[in-house]
Amino acid sequence: MSSDFLTPFLVILVVAACTFLTRFLPFALFGGGKEVPALVKNLGDLLPPAVIAILVVYCLKGVSFMVPPHGFPEFISVGIVALLHIWKRNNLLSIGGGTLLYMVLIQMVFI
Amino acid sequence: MKRETLKYAFIQTLPVLFGYVFMGMAFGILLEKAGYNFIWAFFISLIIYAGSMQFVLISMLGGGMGLLSMIVLTLSVQSRHIFYGLSFIEKFKAMGKWGWYMIFSLTDETYSLLCGMNIPKELNQKQVFLAVAALDQSYWIIGCTLGAVIGSFIGFDTTGIDFAMTALFVVIFIEQWYSYQSHLPALVGMVCGVASLVIFGAGAFILPALIASVCLLLVFKNSIKQGENQEVCQ
Repeated sequence: MSSDFLTPFLVILVVAACTFLTRFLPFALFGGGKEVPALVKNLGDLLPPAVIAILVVYCLKGVSFMVPPHGFPEFISVGIVALLHIWKRNNLLSIGGGTLLYMVLIQMVFI
Repeated sequence: MKRETLKYAFIQTLPVLFGYVFMGMAFGILLEKAGYNFIWAFFISLIIYAGSMQFVLISMLGGGMGLLSMIVLTLSVQSRHIFYGLSFIEKFKAMGKWGWYMIFSLTDETYSLLCGMNIPKELNQKQVFLAVAALDQSYWIIGCTLGAVIGSFIGFDTTGIDFAMTALFVVIFIEQWYSYQSHLPALVGMVCGVASLVIFGAGAFILPALIASVCLLLVFKNSIKQGENQEVCQ
């Protein structure tokens, strides 16, 4: 087997194994036959809103206020998604509307 | 699996469909440019199945990076996943052998959907979970493979369509804001996320933000618990 094939193949296996490891770790630590410790359970219940908030920040992390368009397309669109959602609470409307608006803003308005 | 289950899961995963197909295509195009065809794209999205890590991977494929560096780099890019499983330990355990697939496929987006859904009572929760996870991965595989096949022959300007993912997280954030009695966890995440971004920069902020949130939530948990949350991720 040539190294043109073998090297990338092995790299992919290593990355796949490490990725699975990070996803498996909490189950390895707390997933055994025993009851899940109350502390971990509490944390598991409280963590989702915090993680989602961090993921929102994660999506916007590349936005720069210093250079044009100063984050306007992102923040206008996020604002519209939020308003649409608070108004109608319809996932597809909020996400579809916000995404279309964002595409128009970055392709046609803030060029 | 019942048709209604699949239909419900499909509607729930629509935003991820757009996000994954187009982000996957971006990956496929780059991978193809780096000299690896669609078979590689298929294989990578099948067994690694991770967004940002796959983009980092492209630069690693040619070799040259030491094994230890590869392991450390992957673990640090993916470390946020360690926190996701904590909310699903008992639910995935109850899914038997399918629980293994759920663990493998717990990406940012699947995690968010599983947390954000209010599954109708007449549907089986385990089947919905499985359908959502499998649909999400199939979108990703389709996107990555398609990207490597058709490369840059796309007829219309899709720039910005990956904003669907940001919008999805915003929507789930609002849904959780309504469903949690205490808004403290959401605020803790927001403050830690922004503070960490300012301090550590875009490339390294997510892990410190998660660790800080966990610590703060442990500190605040007693005061939050008084307002007894309704069950999360039902």
